[in-house]
Amino acid sequence: MTGSGDRDGATPSGGGARTPGDGVASPAGGAAVPSGGGAHAPADGAAITPDWVKSARQEERERLRRRRTVRSGSIATASTVLVIVLLLWVFTASPGWPMVRETFFDPGQFVSALPDVLSGFLLNIKIFLIAEPLILVLGLLVALARNLRAPVFFPLRALAVAYTDVFRGVPTILVIYLVGFGLPALGLQGTPTDLATLGVIALTLSYGAYVAEVFRAGIDSVHPSQVAAARSLGLSHGKAMRYVVVPQAVRRVVPPLLNDFVSLQKDTALVATIGPLEALRQAQIHVASTFNYTPYLAAALLFIVLTIPMARFTDYLAARSQRRRGQ
Amino acid sequence: MSLLTIDGVWKNYHGHSVLRGIDLSVEAHEVVCLIGASGSGKSTLLRCVNLLETVDDGTIHLDGQEITDVRVDADDVRRRIGIVFQAFNLFPHMTVLDNITLAPRKVHGTGRERAEEEARELLGRFGLADKALAYPDRLSGGQQQRVAIIRALATRPRLMLLDEVTSALDPELVTEVLGIIRELKDTGMTMILTTHEMGFCREIADTVCFLDGGVLLERGTPEQVFTDPRQPRTREFLRSVLDARRL
Repeated sequence: MTGSGDRDGATPSGGGARTPGDGVASPAGGAAVPSGGGAHAPADGAAITPDWVKSARQEERERLRRRRTVRSGSIATASTVLVIVLLLWVFTASPGWPMVRETFFDPGQFVSALPDVLSGFLLNIKIFLIAEPLILVLGLLVALARNLRAPVFFPLRALAVAYTDVFRGVPTILVIYLVGFGLPALGLQGTPTDLATLGVIALTLSYGAYVAEVFRAGIDSVHPSQVAAARSLGLSHGKAMRYVVVPQAVRRVVPPLLNDFVSLQKDTALVATIGPLEALRQAQIHVASTFNYTPYLAAALLFIVLTIPMARFTDYLAARSQRRRGQ
Repeated sequence: MSLLTIDGVWKNYHGHSVLRGIDLSVEAHEVVCLIGASGSGKSTLLRCVNLLETVDDGTIHLDGQEITDVRVDADDVRRRIGIVFQAFNLFPHMTVLDNITLAPRKVHGTGRERAEEEARELLGRFGLADKALAYPDRLSGGQQQRVAIIRALATRPRLMLLDEVTSALDPELVTEVLGIIRELKDTGMTMILTTHEMGFCREIADTVCFLDGGVLLERGTPEQVFTDPRQPRTREFLRSVLDARRL
């Protein structure tokens, strides 16, 4: 057998010190069956191998690696600076630039509009914070309804399918118009008339359909063997969903869900079309009185300030789940 | 009366019959080993007993109750049967302890404290006491499979079904899982297992059944089936298994 020969070769000095027939020598005995002594063999082997001293070859390899890292860093910086300079040049050298600078980048207008736009923006944040949990609940309920199999629930299941089909098909801005003007027109008792509330309802209906599909994809991605294992333990369909499938599904869909919420944050501006004084509406009022578009820029900046951290957080979560899967 | 009686069970997939009129009865405390090539219907038979598959004909009785009756509550039947799969199928988002106590707590209504106490006792008995709070992805295949067996045991089943529980394991991990099954036999657990480990099958089984193409071709004591198989097809199968061993 060559196995034992290789083994001896790998332990240069220690071979002679060992009595034949103890743990390390067991491969020579042809014992493929694991024995008690076999489990200790690696530990014994480690004891007789000298500690690692970095070889000259490894030192050289690491030096080259460091140099390469420094070089990649400098190249990346240089090319980034070049691209930014080029872009600035293209903008500022364009024939319309002086006019654009005046109407979009007026510092005076920016400062005077910012307080109003900012106070409007607080309403955007409020709409977002109220709509988000409602969307999560609605989305999950719809996704679960589509998974119900008992015949009693057929109407619920059909309703869930119809809901996702309709609200994913209609543009969000139309949903906002329809809810904003249509719901109060019904004249039903208890119908909200507050414009921001109507905006929240419209956004919830529109995004709930997307989020339901995200949840459904997550639920479908849990392997059927997990359901089989749960059911075979005697868990009912509902309990198997609740304790086994949904927890795994939710973990998987957190990154795509956050992505939808980044999108929701900016779509709160669409509510401006039915009139509440949120950031875009405030900016519009300023623009209408000065014919300077800088307030729009102020509103855009505020949205970016809100969405970028969320986007980075999404990236971080996605990278983390990727790492976990790689283990 | 037998604990389990399988009577003329048929199962079809896409016009192809995977089980062709299987008859088999299992007494309390009996260990039945199903052997046969891949695709012979062993796993399907176990899945039918656990009602994970619906039979296309025939009946299965457990403790005298016909469990293939469409009016039977499948969850109630599964509560009395434990099954362990080739791929472990532990719940990855739960600790070992939560995996084991899920069914006792949520199905049988055992209190958390009591369920955990019993789970820890089982873990200790099978050498996994220090893994109670670990997540399945931190365990070796052999440890995961032992947890899966304990999870099935925790519901105190009348009958255990073990479906090729060592097939996904490295050879050195097979031993520890087989050890646990041996221990189960000593406690008098009624078991049906499918396996490719012929040596183990011979050692542990009271009855060996050879399945071929969905038909139960031969059944007998391990002694009889392994040393003096009646059917030429059984002889051929055993010879090919032994040949594969020798390679």
